[in-house]
This record gives sequence, C-alpha cells and structure tokens, in this order.
Amino acid sequence: MKSAIDIANDVRTGATTAVAEAERSLAAIRSRNEELNVFVHVDDEGALETAQRVDAQIARGEDPGALAGVPLALKDNLCHVGKLTTAGSRILEGWRSPYSATVVNLVLKAGAVPMGKTNMDEFAMGSSTETSYYGPTRNPLDPARVPGGSSGGSAAAVAADMTPIALGSDTGGSIRQPAALCGLVGVKPTYGLVSRFGLIAFASSLDQIGPFAKNVTDAALLLEVIAGHDPRDSTSLPEGAPSLVAGVDAGVAGKRIGLVRELLEGADDDVVAAVGRAREVLTEAGATVVDLSIPECRLGLSAYYLIAPAEASSNLARFDGVRYGLRVDADDVAAMNEATRTLGFGAEVKRRIMLGTYALSAGYYDAYYGQALKVRTQMINAFHRAYDQVDLLLGATAPSVAFKFGEKTSNPLAMYLSDVFTIPTNLAGDAAISVPFGRGEGDLPIGVQLLGPGRSEAQLFAAARVLEVEQTS
Amino acid sequence: MTLPDGWEMVVGLEVHTELKTTTKMFCGCANVFGAEPNTRVCAVCLGLPGSLPVLNVRAVELAMAIGSAVHSTISPSTFHRKNYFYPDMPKDFQISQYDLPINVGGYVDLPDGSRVSIERAHLEEDTGKSTHLGASGRIHGAERSLVDYNRSGVPLVEIVSGPDIRSSAQARLYASELRGILIATGASDGRMEEGSMRIDANVSVRHANEPFGTRCEIKNLNSLRSLGRAIDFEALRQIDLLNAGGVVRQETRHWDETLGATSTMRTKEEAEDYRYFREPDLVDLAPDLAWQERVRDGLGPMPAERRAALAARLNEPTSTQLDALQVVVDLGFDVLVAAALDADVDAGLVLARAANELAADAENIHSLTTDAFITTLLMEQNGELSATQAKTVLLELLAHGGDPRAIANAKGFEQLSADSLGDVVAALIQANPDEWSRFREGDEKLAQFFIGQVMKVTKGQANGKAVIAELNSRR
Amino acid sequence: MATPLRREDVAKVAKLARLSLSDEELDMFTEQLGQILEHANDIAALQLDDVVATAHPFGLINVMREDVLEPCLSRDDVLAMAPDSEDGRFAVPRIMGEAP
Repeated sequence: MKSAIDIANDVRTGATTAVAEAERSLAAIRSRNEELNVFVHVDDEGALETAQRVDAQIARGEDPGALAGVPLALKDNLCHVGKLTTAGSRILEGWRSPYSATVVNLVLKAGAVPMGKTNMDEFAMGSSTETSYYGPTRNPLDPARVPGGSSGGSAAAVAADMTPIALGSDTGGSIRQPAALCGLVGVKPTYGLVSRFGLIAFASSLDQIGPFAKNVTDAALLLEVIAGHDPRDSTSLPEGAPSLVAGVDAGVAGKRIGLVRELLEGADDDVVAAVGRAREVLTEAGATVVDLSIPECRLGLSAYYLIAPAEASSNLARFDGVRYGLRVDADDVAAMNEATRTLGFGAEVKRRIMLGTYALSAGYYDAYYGQALKVRTQMINAFHRAYDQVDLLLGATAPSVAFKFGEKTSNPLAMYLSDVFTIPTNLAGDAAISVPFGRGEGDLPIGVQLLGPGRSEAQLFAAARVLEVEQTS
Repeated sequence: MTLPDGWEMVVGLEVHTELKTTTKMFCGCANVFGAEPNTRVCAVCLGLPGSLPVLNVRAVELAMAIGSAVHSTISPSTFHRKNYFYPDMPKDFQISQYDLPINVGGYVDLPDGSRVSIERAHLEEDTGKSTHLGASGRIHGAERSLVDYNRSGVPLVEIVSGPDIRSSAQARLYASELRGILIATGASDGRMEEGSMRIDANVSVRHANEPFGTRCEIKNLNSLRSLGRAIDFEALRQIDLLNAGGVVRQETRHWDETLGATSTMRTKEEAEDYRYFREPDLVDLAPDLAWQERVRDGLGPMPAERRAALAARLNEPTSTQLDALQVVVDLGFDVLVAAALDADVDAGLVLARAANELAADAENIHSLTTDAFITTLLMEQNGELSATQAKTVLLELLAHGGDPRAIANAKGFEQLSADSLGDVVAALIQANPDEWSRFREGDEKLAQFFIGQVMKVTKGQANGKAVIAELNSRR
Repeated sequence: MATPLRREDVAKVAKLARLSLSDEELDMFTEQLGQILEHANDIAALQLDDVVATAHPFGLINVMREDVLEPCLSRDDVLAMAPDSEDGRFAVPRIMGEAP
C-alpha cells in the first residue's frame, strides 16, 4: 500500500487522481469490512464528492494541500457536518452532526478525503473495541483477536490497507494501544496541541485526537495538519503548529533516553525483549539509554479510573433523550431520561458513569476524586523530574500482543490493566508515540512506546523513525 | 409589618442578574430577550456532543464592574460544573463558579443608612425556558412541556448578600438599590418582569440576639412586591410553627403569588447531590490589576451619589420627590432632570413628569431632546398647557419626537384664554352656589371640586393653577 | 481508607445518574465497581495533604473570546434532531417538580 505522502505527491503531480485513490479505498473497504467491522458508516458518496473537488482543484492549477487526495478514516466520535456520528453508542444511533470538528475541517482543508466513520468502544470506553453497540472490530492481522481500543476501527482501517492514515482519540491509550496491537504508528499528542472541538468528550482533561499511520512520516504529516491553536477550544495551546515532517530523520545522536522500569512491569516476555532490542538500536544510533524508575506510574491506573469516569459521568449526562438521539418514552421527563439512558448505554459505559458519579458524590469526593487529582500532580512532577535528566523515555505500549475476543470482557479490571503503560502520559498531559518494533506470540506485532515532555513530538518522531528504519532494513 | 413581640427575621438575598452582553456566555449566539424560540442556539448552548465553551470577555468585564460597584475584591477564580438533570439545561450540568468566585466580599449602603454585606458575586450561565402544556399552564398538572433554549447560556451574575437584612422593607430597599447599581454599571437592565433580575430569599427567624434559626430558601420572587410579601409570609409561618412547638425544617420553598403563600418544594434530604467539580473545558480566570483598574475607572457615579447630587438641588424634598429621584436615577434621567432644573422648571414638576410619564416609556427616551422636555414643562408651568395636555405632548415626543409647540398646535391644545376661563368659572359659581359659599368661607378642598368641573366643561384644556387664581380673584 | 462499596450505594449512584438496574445488574455492578474501588484504595490511602490538586495539565489562564456574534444553527436543523418537537420547541413529557 502506498504511503499517504506518496499518494499526495502523486495526486499533486497528476500521476493519480483523488477519485482513483478514493475508489481504491472503497474497494478495499468493501472487500473486508463485512468480515472485520471496521467502518460503522462508509460514506461512498461524500468521499467521491470530496475527491472530485480535490481533482477539480488540481485541474484549476491549485494545490489542494499536504494531504491532497489521501483517503482517511475518522473515528466515529469526530463530528462531521451532515454525517452519521454515533460514538459507538446506541444512544446516538442515526444522529447526524450539524457541525464539524476542527480536525475534520483541517484535514478537508489539506485535501484529505474522509471515507467514513470507524468503529470504536462505546464513547471510547474500552481497550478492545468490544463495547461498541455496533459489534466488535476484528484485528486484520488475526481476525480471532481484538484490534485494541478504543480506536480499534481506525487502527484496523489502516492495518487492513483501507486507508493509509486515520484519526483516533487517546484518553488513556486509545490510539497507542490499538496501534501496538495492529502494528502501526500511533501518536498521543501533547494535551492542547490538537483542538478537541467536535470530539465527543469522554474525559475532557485527558482526551486528545491523534494520528494512525503505517509509518512515522505519514503520522508526522497528519499530526502537522491537525495541530495548532483553535480559539474554539479553551484548553488549546496558544503556540502554533510545530514543524514535524522535516525533522523525522534527525536521529537520536546525543539524546538521553530513560528506560522506565515501571513501563515494563507485568509485560509479557516477548514485549520486554522487544523493548530491550529497541534500547540497543537507540544506543547504536548514538543515544545514551539509562535505567530509570518512576514509581508514581504505579498509581496511574487508579487515578485514571477515578478521574476519567468522573469527567465522563458529567460529559455523558447530556444524553437524556430531550434534544437529540434516542428517546424511550415514559410518563414524566425523569422517567424518560432514565429509560433512554438505560437502553441507550451499554454495560461498560454504565459502569464508568456510576464509578464517576460515586467518585464525585458527597462524602466520597475527597477520598477518591480529590485524591486522584493530587496523584495527578505527583505524576506531573515525577515526569518533570525525569525530563530534567533525560530527553525522552522508553517503555512498552501494551503488556501483550493482541488478545483474543472475550478474554477480558468479564473482568473489567483486567481490561483496564491493558492501559497501564499508556495512562501516565495522559495524566501528565505529555506526548507519546507507539511504534511497531519486533514480533511476539503468534507472529503478532509489538509496540514500543517513546514518551516525551509537552511539545516534544518532533523528537519523538525522530526517535521512532530510528526504530522504524532498523525494523524495515 | 411588625413581627410578634420579641421575634426578629434574618434574611439574606441571592440576586441573579442577566448580563447585557451582545452574545452568550460561552458562544457567539445573540443574547436577546423575546426572539422566536430556538432561533438563538448553536452546538455549544444546545450542549451538542463535542461542543466546547469559550468564555465571553465582556461577561467577565461586567462581572468585574458589578464587583467593583459593590466594593468586592476581584479575585482569581475558577469554573465548576453543577451536575443535575433538568430538561431546560442542555448539558445537564450548569457551568458556575463555586469555591473561588470572581468577586469576594463587599457591601451595599442603603438610603435608610443601613449597610448590607455582600458575600460573593459570581458568574454562571442561565438555563433555557420551559412552557407547560395542559389545563393549568403551570408545572403541576401539565401533560407535557416545551423547551426553548434561547436563554440557555446567557451570562448571569449571582450576588449573594450576608444574612444582614431584618425586615421585608429593608429587603425591598436592598433589592431596589442593588437594581439601581446594576443598571448604573451597564451590566443589567434590571427588568424583573422580563426575568433579567431574579431573587431567591433565605429567611429564618430568631429571638433578638439569639443564634440564627434554621433557614428556608424561597424561590420564584419575580417582583419587589413578591419579595416583600413572601418574606413576611415566611417569617410569620416560621414564628407560628415555632410558637406551636414545632421546628423549622431546612428546605427550599416556592412562592405562589396568587395564593400569597410559600410551600415546600424540596426538603434538605431530597436536595440534589450536585457533584461539583472543576469544569475541565475552561481554564482559570485571573484578571490582572491593570484590567481591574480599567474596569473600575470606567464606572460612573453610583445611584446613591447621583441621587445626592440631584437632591442637593431641591429645597427640603418631600418623600414623593425622593421616591421620584430614585426612579429618575435608576433610569439614568439625571442629565435631563438637571437641565430642566437649570432652566428654572419647578422641581416637583420635573420629578413628577420624569418619574411618571418618561419612566413609563423609558425605552424611547432617546426620542426626547432635552430642549423639547424643557419647553414642554415650561409651557405647562406658564399655563400654556394643562397637565393633561403636557402629559399627552410628552408621550407624543417619546413616541415620535418632534417639536412640542407644533404637537400642541396640531392637537388643538390651545389653552383657554383668561376671558373664556373667567366665563366658565362664573357660570360654574352660579350653578353651584352651596359649594361656592363653602369655598368662600375657607374650605380649600372645594378648589379641587371647581377645578374638576372646569376640566369637565373644557375637556381638560384649562390649567389648574389658572383656575385657582380665577377662583381666588372672585372670593 | 474508604468503606467497601455496598449494594445501596450503587443503587443510589444509579438513581443520581438516571440509570435503572435490574437486581442481577445491581449485584454485578456492586461486585465489579467494588473491585475497581478496592484497587483505587492504593491512592485513597496516600498521605497527600500538602499536595495541590491538578485539574489541568498546563496552567493556562484567561482564555476568552471577544463578545462578537457568530452564526447560530437553523431552527429547522436543530429541531430535525429532536425526538419530539412542537411549536418551534423541544417537547418532553411532563416535568415533575421545579429546577433545583
């Protein structure tokens, strides 16, 4: 499959057309979507219309932008005007957003061609895409296994060569973990680097939109397009978009990288071995890799599973049957709210809403939510201390390769543990990237995670590229 | 109203005022009253999935103006979410300031010399509006309700007073003074009838000098009259309850204007658990000193100062005139009134016309030039126009502007000549000999009788003062 | 250390969140949420009195917009999403009780 950069170049030079690329993408979707359940809404018509507009721009001698004619998949929690947007939930079945997310406007402005919406864990709550109301997504590399989650559909779209790039969202690992399980590059950008306007919120202080790609350069390209200040998001960082693609080959010579013991704890042997080889490769490339301990990471999971559900319990209150989405009729409005939410939300969403409601409720706030916010402070401070000593950190993305369906659905806590290495970055608000490196059980891909301080994306891409080059050479 | 012997009421007020911004608190939809339902809504104020709030700088500025005017300390503040389900609240939480409000402390001095402390004045967003369908048109017994979100997200400041108020009269005075201050800052139009200013009252009773009693919060006070009546009713209810050996339960009570009574809305046990937490979609607010100073410097004189300035120009003002002064200042007619006083119009006449005719159509005050106002009043004062005629001219000036003399001419408002007034009076004296003799014997009340008769005969074209002069000349 | 989660706590929380649970669900959620909270006791037990809570990873302040009109959505589009509407407004079954 051609990279996004190559497609954009070919479209710009006339070697191919946006319509041809969109048709190729639609054919790939048609051939495997039934089997894998990757897209919940395929937008044939819209995609071809957008592609025709891009080709018309080329014909007029205009440059459609850095993603000219590149087919792209959108996670179904990103609003796109007039298009179905369901966030994997029954409660939004059939809902068409009357407005577009800032990132959707940005990719369109750059000439990309959205092919439709990809499956996801309901409201992004999950690590396997098994909680979607629209059924689970299968891992294209082994359909008996999960693609990871919650952005499992976007990951699978790229892994199955349906689109070269995709957008997902990462609240506790929802881009990096499926990227690892599907053998892709996935990025959780610095909090505030990418606008959240139009992203259906899970946990507002943790959510970030980020790219999936087959290679580091495509991921950098997509992030470059979607990053930047947005006046519609109060938490958007004031600085402009960073330059990312230009520096992907900068290497790691002279960099100090810390291998974090806690980001390997409990990982399978094949995963630990892959990270060990990554250490060697980075060292050979001129970096100094040192062992580090950040004990606060062990508290991340608990803090996360109080903070994220607390925010979610409030963010999801609006799904009440009054203004949009599902309504289950009842005699009075409170009963209608209850009947609607009871039918409209799946078990995982209910679990987290109740957990969050409990953590915020009178008498428990201080012990749970208040305490979790303090742990968050400690986490931030711990990472600051680490970044005083080193430029980047290294660890595993997920404890194991892709697991089988149903393996963890009966035990929520076991499922939550799949995010144990990714959560600390979200709590700290920092940036991290998962890059495929080596293979493990069942010849399935392993993801290695590189972490950096806020706005360190360029360095992360350069380091990930070193691993990628070694991997493919 | 006086309470039974030994009892004292303790009242604190929460005054909510909508801010006069162009747009809503967190989005660019127009902040207007009376638009067609759901025509001033967007993704943000409808709480659509994925929408995010961005704070309106003007709302912050007006909140700071209010704080400055009530002597608050402008402080670093944060926004919280107050979580509860209600159909007129699109996100099912309200964004409000909680433990760190923008304005902390302060006070309002009242015309009676008392001072009411301010605990805080914080920013929050308004909700939409429900209409209840069904026989009664009220919430109880309604079959279904309809919701309009035009008001959703309109910026509000809630001003919370200390428990310093001791009578319904003082509560009304405080609310009225605060209303004047809000109007003077430009933050609010103070229209209680349109709901742009709404009041909740916390009422408890105690024996003088004893600790505070258990309080009840009364909602739905939509006028100063309701405020006074509700507080009195509630204080007496609590006293009766305590005198009968009962206890006051802490609860929220609803004021029913028609019944003239409060009733239980929600007990403390039924109170919502609001699960307040920091609004993660908004960042901290910390206006720097330079900005605070700019806001403070932009404030004009407050009503008390302006009333004093006008009152200083009156000779021993009557209580009617002082009441009129309050209206005049609240409506911002200071300059107009001062100019009329400069032109030697009688103070009583200026205040009466400003506080009545002009106040009744205050929205159109811009149609009335200072010259036209003064000319009309001087015509009345000189007897060229009767009071009724002068009022008609003023209303016409407010409605369409123009020249008072031309309006008077067009309406045929020619004052009766002295000769014809004399003829009318002579005829009335002849027709009413008893009244005339009692008047001659010094019963001054009968002057009003003759004025009334003259007005009837002349269809209001006579000037009252001229009639009295005519009567006196024939005594 | 917080007390273990009881069935009635879950029932209360479900009511607050406008969710209704069957008896079996109540049992299941009590057990599952109990496990998660037990895990969370590792932080509930920490001595963190001197630590400031972080609500935001970065300390941005004073992010505001100018008081300038922007286009609203069309009422037709807005009401087209509504499960029920009447007379230009969103229609809901009767409301029991005033807003708090």
